[in-house]
Amino acid sequence: MMQQLAMQQMASEPLLKVENLVVEYAVGGRTVHAVSDVSLDIARGETLGLVGESGCGKSTLGRAVLQLRQAVSGKVLFDGHDLTAMHGDALRRMRRRVQLIFQDPIASLNPRRRIGDIVAEPLVISGVKDPDKRRQAVHDVLAAVGLDPALVVNRLPHEFSGGQCQRICIARALVLNPDFVICDEPVSALDVSIRAQILNLLEEMKARYGLTLLFIAHDLAVVKAVSDRVAVMYLGRLCEVGPSEQLFATPAHPYTALLLEAIPVPDPDVRPTESVAVGEPPSPIAPPSGCRFRTRCPRADARCAAEVPELRTVAPGQSAACHHPLI
Amino acid sequence: MSGALLSVQDAVVDLPTPRGNLRAVDHVDLSVGAGRTLGIVGESGCGKTMLSRAILQLLPKKAKLSGRVMFDGQDLPQLSPEKLRKLRGQSLAVVFQDPMTSLNPVLTIGTQLIETIQEHLELDLAEARKRSIELLAAVGIPAPEQRLAQYPHQLSGGMRQRVAIAIALSCEPKLLIADEPTTALDVTIQAQILDLLAREQQRRHMAMIIITHDLGVVAGRTDEVAVMYAGRVVERAPTPALFKQMRMPYTEALLAALPKLDAAPHTPLPAISGRPPDPTRPLKGCSFAPRCRYAAGRCNTEKPALSAAETPEHVYACFHPIETRARVEA
Repeated sequence: MMQQLAMQQMASEPLLKVENLVVEYAVGGRTVHAVSDVSLDIARGETLGLVGESGCGKSTLGRAVLQLRQAVSGKVLFDGHDLTAMHGDALRRMRRRVQLIFQDPIASLNPRRRIGDIVAEPLVISGVKDPDKRRQAVHDVLAAVGLDPALVVNRLPHEFSGGQCQRICIARALVLNPDFVICDEPVSALDVSIRAQILNLLEEMKARYGLTLLFIAHDLAVVKAVSDRVAVMYLGRLCEVGPSEQLFATPAHPYTALLLEAIPVPDPDVRPTESVAVGEPPSPIAPPSGCRFRTRCPRADARCAAEVPELRTVAPGQSAACHHPLI
Repeated sequence: MSGALLSVQDAVVDLPTPRGNLRAVDHVDLSVGAGRTLGIVGESGCGKTMLSRAILQLLPKKAKLSGRVMFDGQDLPQLSPEKLRKLRGQSLAVVFQDPMTSLNPVLTIGTQLIETIQEHLELDLAEARKRSIELLAAVGIPAPEQRLAQYPHQLSGGMRQRVAIAIALSCEPKLLIADEPTTALDVTIQAQILDLLAREQQRRHMAMIIITHDLGVVAGRTDEVAVMYAGRVVERAPTPALFKQMRMPYTEALLAALPKLDAAPHTPLPAISGRPPDPTRPLKGCSFAPRCRYAAGRCNTEKPALSAAETPEHVYACFHPIETRARVEA
């Protein structure tokens, strides 16, 4: 009982806490507002889905968490440590616990290195000196992702299909036994039949290695399949966060609703509604004042142009940044 | 097939590769009536793009095509290059997946549109320009006059695809082939472009072939769907029939493998194990047999032919088709 209570307390403290994160890029003398004042939590063992269209800053956010992008301001607290304040060795040690899986599995594997060496690389970097130990770890993780280690270790990436390459990337990410994995569009380059295999594999690996995941994708159905909670981003800002099922059933932010309506449904009885989506996302170089979605929003009024909406709780566990939420 | 605008008969496309012959399209029959919409669905490497290239007569030089491609009463492979060039653009148009690579980056939008119009229609510059502006407005481009002077890189992906559609529509084609027209676009823009294509298709009574890997894209927007696997059409049916009573296990597996919006999170997806066969090493039996959960006996030794289901319009290539109701309940 005591133990359970302690576990619960541990679990209630988020593994990752992003606070008021701002990331900007300088492009030709102008500033791209890639991530603007984003705050979010991810609990231990949770999968948070992060959705949004291209250019909304979702990948930048993922990279800023790993300190691959320097934040202008804000904090990234991982297991209580502020990563933005860490440098050198301390940061490198912390990074072992956080891994990244990219969109294009073939491009993220060095074409001239053998699979065994690619998967062993993180071990080498983190100072595992014993080659037998490394070999065993590589063997175990390759088997875990559904590849036959004996057949795979001496081959080169070009000998594998996209789906198999993604399995190899997942193995490489897991070989250090991390706590937290950022998956950046891990299935969008894969075919439908392979996509399901990889999504199932990620779920399996999450359970087996006790992972916490940040799952970045543009496909809402894919995100829902794996996420406990979903965060929606638009033009650098968070629009809405909530438990997956609740968010999909009763979206509060008009942008979430728009995204949901725009998805083509594989059912001929569902006639597509005519262009619910109006216009295109404005440039993140000169985002609209106030609510950044207002230029495409059917509910926008003068207040939306004048005042940036704060994230507010609209239902238990669900919050939205909107002056005129749908619920 | 009588009265069809396009009829592909027993088309075979072979590509020589260092690993041996690659049969990209394997005895495909298809037809599209005037004003109708056909969806061709399949995963990468299934031959759907090669089939569209065969229809357009835009196959790679070393590719060999056999079979007939009858379009508007003419057998396209028999036409001279000059005649083909006149036909393409004027009655046979295409929109590709990536508008950045299909538009010329060093020419303005106006030059590219006006060139196409003047090439195929006898209009002077002023008329061609006027028509270009009308077309850009029709495809939903704001401030079309200013856009004429802009280059492709100055437009967003969605806008570029609208321009590519405007160019394709410029000569009132009888058939528009859209090859993954929205795959490179964001989901809200995808909905807009699909709406635009549907609207123009109906307004112009134009036939259209939508090639996609996404069953969701074809579901509400086509009259008929052909599902391709390993170079062959494995099931073809009017769209409602295909989704209601699919017979081919591959079609069923493809639909089942899609994450559903109405499914609870963490529901394991019924994935299709394995991957498509190597196209340079054709299988003796059904190409899907190694991945099929119904495969048995002759599936591995004999190729199933396309045969009709309850209606002649619904055909499938399978020895163990899904018995609709019984299987669904089982």
